[in-house]
Amino acid sequence: MGNVGQATSLTLDGSEQGYATTRVDALLGWARKYSLFAYPFVTACCGMEFMALTSPRFDLARFGAEAPRFSPRQADLLWVVGTISQRQGPVLKRVYEQMMEPKWVLAFGTCASSGGFYDNYTTIAGTDKIIPTDVYIPGCPPRPEAVLDGLMLLQDKIASGDRRAGVVKPRFDPAQRASGLAQLRRSAKDPRELLPALEEQEAKARAIGHGGQT
Amino acid sequence: MSTYVLEQLQARFGAAILETHSDFGDDTAVVEPGQWRAVCEFLRTESSLDFDMPVDLCGVDYPARGDAGRMEVVMHLYSVSKGHRVRLKARVGDADMEGAELDSVTSIWPGMNWLEREVFDMSGVRFRGHPDLRRILMYPEFEGHPLQRTYPADKTQPLVEYRTEEEAGVPLGKLEPFGPDEGMSFGRHGAPRVEDTRYGED
Repeated sequence: MGNVGQATSLTLDGSEQGYATTRVDALLGWARKYSLFAYPFVTACCGMEFMALTSPRFDLARFGAEAPRFSPRQADLLWVVGTISQRQGPVLKRVYEQMMEPKWVLAFGTCASSGGFYDNYTTIAGTDKIIPTDVYIPGCPPRPEAVLDGLMLLQDKIASGDRRAGVVKPRFDPAQRASGLAQLRRSAKDPRELLPALEEQEAKARAIGHGGQT
Repeated sequence: MSTYVLEQLQARFGAAILETHSDFGDDTAVVEPGQWRAVCEFLRTESSLDFDMPVDLCGVDYPARGDAGRMEVVMHLYSVSKGHRVRLKARVGDADMEGAELDSVTSIWPGMNWLEREVFDMSGVRFRGHPDLRRILMYPEFEGHPLQRTYPADKTQPLVEYRTEEEAGVPLGKLEPFGPDEGMSFGRHGAPRVEDTRYGED
């Protein structure tokens, strides 16, 4: 066997014939990204969306990340779900420090990502002010699909060894469209004029997997 | 019945009731701070008033009043048996919050204990005779009283030291897509005003 990180090949002898080649770090990354043990640090209303995420409908188990560990010493993925107040800062930092390497942090929702609209004396403006954060998932709360996007982004980063922070981008932004919901309230003379455009947008959203009930 | 409570208060305390009004049926009496506890005692024990439920207590800061009672302590009371309400106000403290003190009413309504602690914590009003006047929302290390209008809007007092950008390797300002308009941009000295054009001109 070669050194860690170098290409190795393994030949199978016996009744099975064949071979597989990989790199050890790629193999480790592959194994890690599908066996994330999560520590949910749930402080606020985003927790409701976290519950939806772990329920059968969205099924976090598909990504190998469904096993919660309520001791940070057994976890390698810290979900920060909700607002972090200044008072909770020391607690969060201590939880993070107790986790074993390698460890990742996922900021769930706008408050955990940037403090959101809590921009005042009592709130920490984002988990990255006190602990390293790998993936930010904006949204108030984010849709479960956005969270799954974030999880897959994190898995990509784990597999490729990329420790730079990443932000989940919305797949589409209603405010950027002429028929967007924000426009509907602010500029339309008669909201009913915009209904055909909205229906078209909803159909598009359904086509790419957003938009709920069918 | 509508102003019965106020009439009772005026008959009993006279000039210690500084002003009253009952806009939209909300009876309000501004009380001389020295008579705060006596008024509360009367409202609780007088059988025709019987205010047995302390609903709320809070402080409202009016810095423009200067030395004439800058901090207004507002108390809401309700009588479960009589079904009536009253709002009491007391104006305390000078421009530097000196003399912002009131007698505690915890012995009249035990439920006022935490509410008085909250007003002390947020607004800096001290309650004489309170059994345990500590901060209740903020941490003990916190300095100042955040709901006083002289407390800077962007001042935080972190318990853990924030990471520096060198340490983090990423910008610690608001990340995309969070603009500087996320959160309260008003009340910030020197913060640039952000033109919000996301929703188009109107």
